[in-house]
Amino acid sequence: MNLFLKIWRQSRKDAPGEFKEYQVRDITPDMSFLEMLDALNEDLNARGEPPVAFEHDCREGICGSCGFLINGVAHGGQRGTTVCQLSMRFFKDGDRLTLEPWRASAFPIIRDLVVDRSAFDRILQAGGFISAPTGSAPDANAILVPKEAADTAFDAAACIGCGACVAACPNAAAMLFTSAKLTHLNKLPQGQPQRDQRTLNMAAAMSREGFGSCTNHGECEAVCPKEIPIEFIGNMNRDLIRAAWKRRREPLTLSESPKDER
Amino acid sequence: MEASSAATSSVQRTAQAAERHVIPVTNPLAVFWATAIGKKVVMAITGVIMIGFVILHMLGNLKIFAGPDQINAYSRFLRTVGEPELGYGDALWIVRIVLLTAVTLHIIAAVQLSRMSWAARPTQYYDHRNVETTFAARTMRWGGLLLAIFIVFHILHFTLGAVGFAPGQYEDLHVYQNVVAGFSVWPVAVFYIIAMAALCLHLDHGIWSFIQTLGWSTARNEAKLKVISRIIAIVIFAGFISVPLAVMTGLVH
Ligand code: HEM
Ligand code: FES
Repeated sequence: MNLFLKIWRQSRKDAPGEFKEYQVRDITPDMSFLEMLDALNEDLNARGEPPVAFEHDCREGICGSCGFLINGVAHGGQRGTTVCQLSMRFFKDGDRLTLEPWRASAFPIIRDLVVDRSAFDRILQAGGFISAPTGSAPDANAILVPKEAADTAFDAAACIGCGACVAACPNAAAMLFTSAKLTHLNKLPQGQPQRDQRTLNMAAAMSREGFGSCTNHGECEAVCPKEIPIEFIGNMNRDLIRAAWKRRREPLTLSESPKDER
Repeated sequence: MEASSAATSSVQRTAQAAERHVIPVTNPLAVFWATAIGKKVVMAITGVIMIGFVILHMLGNLKIFAGPDQINAYSRFLRTVGEPELGYGDALWIVRIVLLTAVTLHIIAAVQLSRMSWAARPTQYYDHRNVETTFAARTMRWGGLLLAIFIVFHILHFTLGAVGFAPGQYEDLHVYQNVVAGFSVWPVAVFYIIAMAALCLHLDHGIWSFIQTLGWSTARNEAKLKVISRIIAIVIFAGFISVPLAVMTGLVH
């Protein structure tokens, strides 16, 4: 197959970027999308031009490194598929493809198609962990986990943090990501001791990082390579209501200006 | 000794850092208003209050088809309900205050959250294709603005009789006569119908949206809830526009 590519090129964070057009030839349908870009980069290297920067690691859909928009859809439009797992047979010979990086103020572009997603890390640092002392390793099945809780937590834990939800959201909101991380821990018995504080911290971190606010468009779940449902956003909202209203003897705390802690 | 004092000072430093950065949250309402999710929940709850009102309002309007005596008596009833415990018009004022609070909070949250979302994507995509969202969902903000303008006009019009009537034409408590006179001016009737179309769109997304925001929508029941939401929005639309249409076609005169 031969394809026409229009790719966003930007040399560094604050540089102005622009689209450049490229042509790739002799692409086989069994190549992955990233292998197609590898082929393009070999050509560019041979010609002495800077290769197109894109992020990747596992190339098997589990690490969450890869991702950009192909013709306006995050990860290219095949349901439940990261761009590294997207094979070229999804396209036709002669297709024109526009490749654009995630765009959100919380995800500054580092170069070409690579964005800085450390805002996600900071949301996780705010509460995406269990630190309550749990003693030494418990006996198997000492903590009973209801089947439904285990299944829900597992579905939520499938989130790889690729950022497609933010990229696709008309509001650039990080609700799907944060709700997946919260649902994962808040559904499990081990997550209960810190449930309210975690929810509050992560909800606040989300706003602090400059993400937008959800209006229930559902674009996030449509492009999520792990098919995380927006039902989890509902879970998160309820957990925040719970955190705010539950009567307690010691108040929850909120970080005042954790931006300085970076 | 050295090590232990170093340890103490680092503990102190952490404690100071903690003091500087961590604030106890004692007011649940403040937590709510401090987060985007909290404001979104406020929008949902105020939305539900307004939906409840809108449904009752629509049903009340339909009394016009029962004739002048019926609807004018209903108008009087709204003012005398609760007597003698409440004075004349008190119940109505309670409802008005609740609604005014709801609409104010709804608009403040809408404006703040919209600005937050616009700031979150300063650079637009060159090419962006939507997959799942609907026209209704995408017009919530501008449709909401139209509704706000409509609400102001509507109050000036049928509640106060300050606009849209010839001098002396509007008479308090003569609902039937006021409605016929009001909708006999066709641009006014058309504006009402357009506003109700905007309401229909707002609720087509809004009803399901509040269910989702409050965590009742699941992957299993989502499709069904969206259909129910659309049906309710259309019924509300049909109920409301039946009145201007009836006046315009001469059915009610
Ligand atoms: C007065 C001017 C109004 C403005 C500016 C406005 C604006 C908005 C905006 C921006 C949203 C959020 C969009 C979204 O979540 O998709 C929204 C949601 C909503 N609105 Fe309004 N609106 C107005 C009036 C109304 C009225 C009159 C009703 C009810 C009869 C209503 C019911 C709702 C509901 C139920 C939601 C969904 C809340 C949620 O998603 O949780 N709104 N409105
Ligand atoms: S490279 Fe790891 S998910 Fe695509």
